[in-house]
Amino acid sequence: MATEPTIFELSSPGRRGVTFPEPDVPDAEIPASFRRESLAFPEASEIDVVRHFTRMSQKNHAIDISMYPLGSCTMKFNPRINEAVARMPGYAALHPLQRQETAQGALQLMYELQEMLAEISGFAAVSLQPAAGAHGELAGTLIIREFHRANGDSARTEMLVPDSAHGTNPATAVMAGFSVVTIPSDDRGNVDLAALREKVGPNTAGMMITNPNTLGLWDEHIHEVVDIVHAAGGLIYNDGANFNAILGLAKPGHLGVDVMHYNLHKTFSTPHGGGGPGSGPIGVTETLKPYLPGPVVGKSENANGETTYVWESPEKSIGRLHGFHGNFGMHVRAYTYIRMHGAEGLKQISEDAVLNANYLKARLEGPYDVAYDRPCMHEVVLSASKQKQQGARALDIAKRLLDFGVHPPTTYFPLIVPEALMIEPTETESKQSIDYFADTMLTIAREIEETPDIVTGAPHTTDFKRLDEAGANRSLNLRWTEAKEPEPVAAG
Amino acid sequence: MAVPADLKFTKSHEWVRVDGDTATVGLADFAQSELGDITYLELPEVGDSITAKDPLGVVESVKAASDIYAPVSGEVVERNEAAIDKPELVNQDPFGDAWLIKVRLSDTAQLDDLLDTDAYNALLDSNA
Repeated sequence: MATEPTIFELSSPGRRGVTFPEPDVPDAEIPASFRRESLAFPEASEIDVVRHFTRMSQKNHAIDISMYPLGSCTMKFNPRINEAVARMPGYAALHPLQRQETAQGALQLMYELQEMLAEISGFAAVSLQPAAGAHGELAGTLIIREFHRANGDSARTEMLVPDSAHGTNPATAVMAGFSVVTIPSDDRGNVDLAALREKVGPNTAGMMITNPNTLGLWDEHIHEVVDIVHAAGGLIYNDGANFNAILGLAKPGHLGVDVMHYNLHKTFSTPHGGGGPGSGPIGVTETLKPYLPGPVVGKSENANGETTYVWESPEKSIGRLHGFHGNFGMHVRAYTYIRMHGAEGLKQISEDAVLNANYLKARLEGPYDVAYDRPCMHEVVLSASKQKQQGARALDIAKRLLDFGVHPPTTYFPLIVPEALMIEPTETESKQSIDYFADTMLTIAREIEETPDIVTGAPHTTDFKRLDEAGANRSLNLRWTEAKEPEPVAAG
Repeated sequence: MAVPADLKFTKSHEWVRVDGDTATVGLADFAQSELGDITYLELPEVGDSITAKDPLGVVESVKAASDIYAPVSGEVVERNEAAIDKPELVNQDPFGDAWLIKVRLSDTAQLDDLLDTDAYNALLDSNA
């Protein structure tokens, strides 16, 4: 199939999709200094545009096409009812600057979503402001910093981060002004308690944990981890990326977590990939409630005894983190999802997600090494070390999966597992689709033994074959220009 | 790739070649092989001081970004601009053309803390 041209290359002078009527008001005089002649807007008809973007969409993999087991990303199906509700004019046609008396339904939805998220996770309060997971992390770590500052505890400059953490954790800690202290994992994939005891101290501001962690494992010493950090005066941040494993089963707030973010675009089924947009609310304990980013939605009674919903700014708020009110369209979708499932349904989601991952683990262990041999939670981490010795690496396996029409799992992460393949099937996959994935992985393992060239040369059936990823990294070329051969921008 | 016999090594897979009071520092073949295609090197400037066991720079590959640890302490007297311009040299010739920096040693006794080739090969075998 041919390379799809850019919309600029499809442009033809004078072509258009819409013809406007003659204006019925006089032309406004635009000062010459404000006029530009050189703007190269593409000129295309409606059918050109529709075909161009439809063809582009067909080149992408998507959860709507087949299984997308990208570990730690929770690529579950996005139910269409979410979209139907988000498009209701009462939500979709609101203006964010509308007076709150005229947007009571939207405020009620946000208030109830705050309450539901707090209940699900065992926290006292929630702010819906952060726009994505890492933004939630930043909000949470800024709250930790502000809490210590308010207590005059200026020596607490260190954030403890396990070596299995998502890369966003240490990056966020640095953005919030902390220095990062790495805590190793023990041989069962837990936080190494001896190392934690050694590193924790009067400089500890807190610890960023992920439970279940990126190895797909529940930390067997979670109570000790929390107690050690609390005893030293630090707070616990929980990265909620893996919350899909524990809905209705465990509440981070009851485990001693002080602040955590939710990924509405993972756990709560709002669209993900291709830019989402995401949504990363945070939940906090009663102690940290005054520091939440605001405004948040509160509930009160007016003079007539009627319930009204109002914007409130928490008294010691770290401030505003988002223009207007967060990604409201995602709040509507997540709210719909929670209401559609109810408490029992949410619990079943996590039970099925964990069951699916363990079923996949059982089908693949043997031909592939399992990084840690104990029951997993929502995802399983395999190692392709054995396959590497036979001549094909995790990257080759990922590329070969494309030939079978499934999206590869996360590769080379967590960093502490060599040749890692991190697989998260989610609860929305049927036994048939998980079996298809498992059968495909077993086929690829056999191919590596018998005909490794098929795997190391993959993909064979996609529009584009093996891409030069290193070349693309070394010679970044991010902007289309009209010149036939754009100047490559030097790396770094 | 055979490990040259005239080098000393860290457990974090940096190598050192000593010539008088100057040490040449590079990344071992095992490191480049684990990192995969290397895309970027961040190295100290000539005149900078480095301290043994502290990060001296960063190596980025398509898979990950990792610190490079200083095997010895001293002042940087030269750095390999060719490797900075073409980081793939580290994949192609880690023990030769892709040396990273040359350091004037401030404490030659630190060399005794490093692994010789036999000990380093034993470390590689135990990892395999």
